[in-house]
Amino acid sequence: MNANAAAVRVAFPSNWWARAGWLLLVVYIVYACSLLDFTWARFMIGLDNGARFIGRMFPPNFARWETLLKGLTESIEIAVLASTLGILVSLPIGLLAARNLMPVWVTWPCRLLIALCRSFHPVIVAIVFVKALGFGALSGIAALTVASIGFIGKLFAEAIEEISLKQVEAVRATGAPFMNVITYGVLPQVFGRFIGFATYQLDSNLRNSTMVGIVGAGGIGGALFAAFQRFDYDFVCAMLLSIIFLIFAGELLATRVRAVFLERGKVDEE
Amino acid sequence: MTTTALEARIWQRFTPAQRIARFAVYLAMVTAVVMSIQSVEVIPEFLLDAPEQMADLLKRMWPVAFSYYPKGVHEALVETLHIATLGTILAVVMAFPIGIMAAYNITPSRPLNFVARLLLVASRSVNSLVWALLFVAVFGPGALAGTLAIAFRSIGFVGKLVGEAIEEANKGTIEALQATGAPWFSVLTKGYWPQIQPAFWSVVLFRWDINVRESAVLGLVGAGGIGMALDTAMNLFQWDRVAMVLVAIFAVVIIAEIAVTAIRKKII
Amino acid sequence: MTDVALSIKGLSKEYTRGKPVLRDISLDFGARGFTAVIGPSGTGKSTLIRCINRLVEPTAGAILFQGQDLVKLSGRALREARSGIGMVFQEYNLVERLTVMENLLTGRLGYVSPLKAWFRKFPQSDIDEAFDLLNVVGLAGFANQRADSLSGGQRQRVGIARAVMQHPKLVLADEPTSSLDPKTSVEIMTLIHDLGTAKNIPIIVNMHDVELAKRFADRIVGMSGGVVVYDGAPAGLTDVHLKTIYGGEDWLRA
Repeated sequence: MNANAAAVRVAFPSNWWARAGWLLLVVYIVYACSLLDFTWARFMIGLDNGARFIGRMFPPNFARWETLLKGLTESIEIAVLASTLGILVSLPIGLLAARNLMPVWVTWPCRLLIALCRSFHPVIVAIVFVKALGFGALSGIAALTVASIGFIGKLFAEAIEEISLKQVEAVRATGAPFMNVITYGVLPQVFGRFIGFATYQLDSNLRNSTMVGIVGAGGIGGALFAAFQRFDYDFVCAMLLSIIFLIFAGELLATRVRAVFLERGKVDEE
Repeated sequence: MTTTALEARIWQRFTPAQRIARFAVYLAMVTAVVMSIQSVEVIPEFLLDAPEQMADLLKRMWPVAFSYYPKGVHEALVETLHIATLGTILAVVMAFPIGIMAAYNITPSRPLNFVARLLLVASRSVNSLVWALLFVAVFGPGALAGTLAIAFRSIGFVGKLVGEAIEEANKGTIEALQATGAPWFSVLTKGYWPQIQPAFWSVVLFRWDINVRESAVLGLVGAGGIGMALDTAMNLFQWDRVAMVLVAIFAVVIIAEIAVTAIRKKII
Repeated sequence: MTDVALSIKGLSKEYTRGKPVLRDISLDFGARGFTAVIGPSGTGKSTLIRCINRLVEPTAGAILFQGQDLVKLSGRALREARSGIGMVFQEYNLVERLTVMENLLTGRLGYVSPLKAWFRKFPQSDIDEAFDLLNVVGLAGFANQRADSLSGGQRQRVGIARAVMQHPKLVLADEPTSSLDPKTSVEIMTLIHDLGTAKNIPIIVNMHDVELAKRFADRIVGMSGGVVVYDGAPAGLTDVHLKTIYGGEDWLRA
């Protein structure tokens, strides 16, 4: 046998980097837990509290269903209007932010605007709008529109930047005016993905609209927060169940809408 | 040419069924928008007043109280990062079993799939802020409530995307492993895990990024982190400190996003 | 040769300074006929074709077509000029997610307002013509199929039909058969040639298959190193000429 072959043939060489990574993770967890004062004792007390808490939540109390319904409806309205406004505004902004279609002096400010819209949590934006526009649904709509622009604008611009320019070139070669080039060369390529994230944002807005009420921007969040502070936990439970049901319905609706527009019966097949 | 050339040829882009469906969706959307506009209560004076209010707010926020940072902001910021990270880790640990239970090709039991999916939907539907309210009521104010809130909210996100990655795994590979008589757990670790790894890390990074943003506001309801500094400053109308907190949050979010993009390039 | 439809004068193109891909090319093209431009890769054949409809910007020179210098046009005038020039691409460049019919009607986009185009309201004459063309290119019944569900040869037929829908005064083809198998290549070349003859449109094709070029072209332009080294009938293209154009002898022994 060749002397070199006597060298050990390792079947599964140890990946030291991966091991170090996992070790680091464990060390971090222990460190962070101690920093945040997660003692076992606290956890046990908490579990006990939790049991009592859940006891107070069930059975859910739907007695004040009018308040519930009013809050839910307002949340739905906020989500619908914010999504519509957000989509309408994001389309041109996203188009203008696409670096493969537009010159730098146009894309730069648009990308900056989109990044700004994305940077802040909808709740923080809602707080600012409550100060500017007062309490109520208007602030919620404004805040969620900003969030929508940040999300849809970014993804739409990215989708456009990934299209095949060859198809656009062909349309341009027929002498079509700019808008026709967009309609026939660009939009068909991004339409599928656009429907995907437009429906996602609708769901996301529905979720957020149930929450911005906590800072006064309308919707069921206000009633939820008030119930918490009054220790009305069975009413809280009723509201939570309704919210979960609403979001679930929203997701089903989104799937149906996608099926209608994507013509293949399933989610976009990118 | 034959006489059929004389018939007018009509070209329709969509079949009648498709047209009806599309029209229905458009109609529903327009109806929803119109109804919403009519019933949403908008007080016109507030709308007109808005620019003035915004200008007033911005004036009060300037100059930004940078001196507030070391005492009031720094520790809370670090706490926020820990909440986000621990919360994400905890979520991943809890999401795995549920995600596996939700995927039909690993758990061939429709009832179990349904229960798992329900859990995931419930987790996603409740905002992290609302989870925070719950956990503050149970565990008291502080970072523990915040971490659990982040964790419970993220389970749905991670679980759903991991479940989808599992369902899209190459069936042929799994078949080959099953044909060798490998036990269920081995098929999982050697067949599915290598395939879903890139998607998994991508999802975890993405969620961590979002969680940093979410953790920053949990303090508004008392669940620890920098949100509490924000809440205090707002209640005392110290808008320059509010500005400082907002700047700090913004900076951390940007840094987190840069970190995520860099790590993504390395491992994908 | 009859009246001149397209006249290229002193065309030059440098992608990087000091390295011209086209050197001072001057060519005249008649109002009918099939011209094949041959030459090795990188010698500027594709650049030449694309300069004509300004998909590539010439560095110097003039291109006279329909009484205008194409190099000097911009904006609306350029678009109008382009609508009179049809182009067939090597990779078909169909809009994959649109149907065959929509791709055909893309050829009319230079003549329809954006609003009507958005709502797919094309004049009935266009639609009739589209259906007729589908028959001619052998794709009857494919009108509502998505472009990406077609084979390569079928897609190129759609590409050719699209170019013809423009009612062009000139058709350019940039390596139209390079992505196709030999049998389909012959079918496509036959289609282009026959359409050009039937509708009396001059055709300029850029290709690398010399045999195919000799079979279909009335005139061959051979390029090498950015200049024209042969310009004449296919019959006159000898091995000596081919050696000048392509360099090396090995590939000649088929």
